[in-house]
Amino acid sequence: MTIAAFAFWVFAVSAIASGLMVISSRNPVHSVLFLILAFISAAGLFVLLGAEYLAMLLVVVYVGAVAVLFLFVVMMLDVDFVEMKQGFLQYLPIGVAISGLVVVELILAFAAWKMPSDAQFAAAHPVATAGSALAGPDAPSNIEGLGLIIYTDYVHYFQIAGMVLLVAMIGAIVLTFRTREGVKKQDPAAQVGRMRAASVELKKVETGQGI
Amino acid sequence: MIGLGHYLSVAAVLFAIGMAGIFVNRKNVIVILMSIELMLLAVNINLVAFSQFLGDLTGQVFAFMVLTVAAAEAAIGLAILVAFFRNRGDIAVDDANLMKH
Repeated sequence: MTIAAFAFWVFAVSAIASGLMVISSRNPVHSVLFLILAFISAAGLFVLLGAEYLAMLLVVVYVGAVAVLFLFVVMMLDVDFVEMKQGFLQYLPIGVAISGLVVVELILAFAAWKMPSDAQFAAAHPVATAGSALAGPDAPSNIEGLGLIIYTDYVHYFQIAGMVLLVAMIGAIVLTFRTREGVKKQDPAAQVGRMRAASVELKKVETGQGI
Repeated sequence: MIGLGHYLSVAAVLFAIGMAGIFVNRKNVIVILMSIELMLLAVNINLVAFSQFLGDLTGQVFAFMVLTVAAAEAAIGLAILVAFFRNRGDIAVDDANLMKH
């Protein structure tokens, strides 16, 4: 068994085992931590597949941002998670049955599919896709190849991805924004806009009388 | 030798785990969101595996798009969850019926 095959089995088993722990763990904080492990294992699989850029993106975006977001929300919400676990055994049979069916269907579909030979592939795709020239033995590195097609052939997809993230950011802010009533806070505009006439008054004080 | 079938099997099993997670954690919307993330991860493994074994980088570009949408979905989903928690005081989604009445 080569090192690559050994690494594949390690990452595959760890991804599946941590996936199982995500859905069966009693404490949601443990679920989030196992989700992080699943993403790191998947990043290992991506490295084995030669997709180094996506592997690093997975670590940065998921482990660095999304998983921390999950952890933050789990810890911020004061919820009784033990009570949430009720119904786990009740729905276990149907969940296992349906997902087992999906696995069997996927395996049957793949078993009936045959990897096309190069000639068949060329016949089915008379015009080569943008990415096909960037794979193979004399291809540039993964990140260089991705850069060559993302910023040229797929530039519109790239910009739409940016818009999706912008809309998600604005949406998240709008959904969670609230103004609290009765909280004292500084209002810089009112401070700067204060005029002399409205705040200072000259009083003529009579001698010996006071105000 | 590790072939395409191995990667597709891992992805299929991960996808099924994500699906089963939605069934067994019907009340806990946080775990449901994590299950959706697992399913999207399985799809990404499929896209990258086909991209490698068919010799076409386009699959990785699409995996990149799936990653973007997954991140946006997690942010929006958790924001909805926080708003829901503020309104109701818990996150039990199986008796969420404010819009039905």
